[in-house]
Amino acid sequence: MSVKPCLRVENLHVSYDVGSAGFLGGRRKLHAVNDVSMEIAAGETLGLVGESGSGKSTAGLAILRLIDVASGTVRLGETDVAGANRTELRALRKRMQMVFQDPYSSLNPSMTVAQLLEEPLVVHADVPKDERRSMVGRMLESVGLHAGYAARYPHEFSGGQRQRIAIARAMMLHPELVVLDEPVSALDVSTQSQILNLLKKIQGDSGTAFLLVAHDLSVVRLMSPRVAVMYLGEIVETGPSGRVYDEPAHPYTAALISAVPFPDPERQRTVHRIILGGDLPSPMSPPSGCRFRTRCPFVMEICSREAPPKVAVEGGGVASCHLHAHGPKLGGRSLVGFMKDRQLVTVE
Amino acid sequence: MSDNTAPLLEIRDLSVQFPSPHGWLTVVDKVSFNVGRNDIVCVVGESGSGKSVTMQAAVGLVQPKGGRITSGSVRFDGQELVGMGNRQINRIRGDAIGFIFQEPMSSLNPAYTVGEQIAEVVRRHRGASRADAWKRAVEALDRVHIASAASRAAEYPHQFSGGMRQRVMIAMAIACDPKLLIADEPTTALDVTIQARILELLRELQRDSGMSVLFITHDLGVVADIARYVVVMYGAQVVEAAPVDDLFAAPRHPYTSGLLGAMPQVALERGHDPIAIPGTVAQAHAWPNGCRFNPRCGYRREGPCTTAALPLTSVGNGLVRCALTEELRPILGRATMVPA
Repeated sequence: MSVKPCLRVENLHVSYDVGSAGFLGGRRKLHAVNDVSMEIAAGETLGLVGESGSGKSTAGLAILRLIDVASGTVRLGETDVAGANRTELRALRKRMQMVFQDPYSSLNPSMTVAQLLEEPLVVHADVPKDERRSMVGRMLESVGLHAGYAARYPHEFSGGQRQRIAIARAMMLHPELVVLDEPVSALDVSTQSQILNLLKKIQGDSGTAFLLVAHDLSVVRLMSPRVAVMYLGEIVETGPSGRVYDEPAHPYTAALISAVPFPDPERQRTVHRIILGGDLPSPMSPPSGCRFRTRCPFVMEICSREAPPKVAVEGGGVASCHLHAHGPKLGGRSLVGFMKDRQLVTVE
Repeated sequence: MSDNTAPLLEIRDLSVQFPSPHGWLTVVDKVSFNVGRNDIVCVVGESGSGKSVTMQAAVGLVQPKGGRITSGSVRFDGQELVGMGNRQINRIRGDAIGFIFQEPMSSLNPAYTVGEQIAEVVRRHRGASRADAWKRAVEALDRVHIASAASRAAEYPHQFSGGMRQRVMIAMAIACDPKLLIADEPTTALDVTIQARILELLRELQRDSGMSVLFITHDLGVVADIARYVVVMYGAQVVEAAPVDDLFAAPRHPYTSGLLGAMPQVALERGHDPIAIPGTVAQAHAWPNGCRFNPRCGYRREGPCTTAALPLTSVGNGLVRCALTEELRPILGRATMVPA
């Protein structure tokens, strides 16, 4: 990347202690995030996509050091986040923020909007009271809320309005990075796009980098030029969103895209979906070799023996899959042609 | 008693109220639609549209929650359900009408094996012996494609994943071979790859058994996938209803077309940002005059849209509640919404 990254993550591992294995067993660890690397430039959005259990939210939390990092590097600009001590972390907090999925539980119900928005200024910056008031008013207007709402409490607002307040609060200190964890999935469709458009506008004005954690690939494609797809704690594919969406090179990505029903009955009747069998394996004991092999419709013998190599994909990005070097030897081409040959998708 | 040419479920002018600090609020307002035999009908709407309460009212589940039915009739297979006694309606629920809900975990008892819970339903409704009921429970689990159904029937709900629990719920709902399956947001809490399998399963079960399905959802993608007929609700009313192909090819109500244009997938396809519907969903204590969608509608006209309540009128193969239907017909095409 030519632009200096705002966020740089290298070989991030996160694990949880999950108690002992039986009476005499030792402590067991659940590896929630396994060897994840990514970069986000200033003013850029990276989409991090996956289903429940993929580790995408855990990765977001670890990047902000809201949970402990087991190993790996996280840098915000020049600053080491993963190794920061308490004092350093406190200084880092104002440079990186988070917006959560549920605007009903992420805002303190006993605080007014003004108090909610002023709190970061009080904690992290020595801003005089009058100035805080006017900053709150300006911020409310920039997220599309009336400045007069400052005296109200969260319960007086709808879900979409609350998410606007949560975004305003995250933006108060002009952070360099905001992690957006499923920011619209709890909202009604008619308000979702209001929030997506607002996030784009705010980023255009502020130059803040976003890490957008979401399960919905079309939301991610709208919001971010690049996307990383996670499965069972690992990134399985990265690349430009358009390429990943139209020409997926990893079977999981292809399955994820084909599983989302498109609002067109004609298309739903004709398109062949890749229906994944089985359930997500336990992250306590992930499958050997490729972690996706237990559900992959194209599984080969090598998949259980060797971890898949990272292959550069035509059109940009990387996919971790044996199909590129073995079997059909896709060599970095998209899966779409291969699936058409096997009549897994309808040829238009 | 049943007339096989009449629709299986006929909801007519159903109104429901719930108490609130603002007094009794009408959360379902003269809703009418049919579910035919061997049909799949989707009711689609956002939170507060009244879609779930309509379904609950239809099968006698609003009174226990403090609500009241103020008008209307619900005929199921020739029988009137509104005003029916608890014992009678209990006999129908779980037997001729099966249910699945969004949260499978809260609908299953963690203290009993899934086989026992399904068998209990069969015993209660069919008076089967323990052995027969168990056999039937295993068959039901097998029909929803739970592998090694016989041994898994002896397991507890927590031993199943989210998607598998929803299969268990479906097995319980179909164990008595219902004529109607009511599914209220059954895939909303599931991951999309799991959702795809559950939708496939419901389609297969419907096709094989000929039961009818009343499917409640907020997701137009799911509607396009599974529905044959669609009822769109907004502000406690039906605002549009049509066969699925007509509805998606030519939405007649600005709300339907707006919902489509707001979907990220549709916006991507057309190469523009999603077009947000301005404002927020109307609230039951403050319905606007005239069309309930008018404050958010880009085509709103002072007068026709803002004074008198609008009727549901017949257009083409469907029904629409809009004052400007004739003039919007060429404009609404496929989901384009002029910003307000």
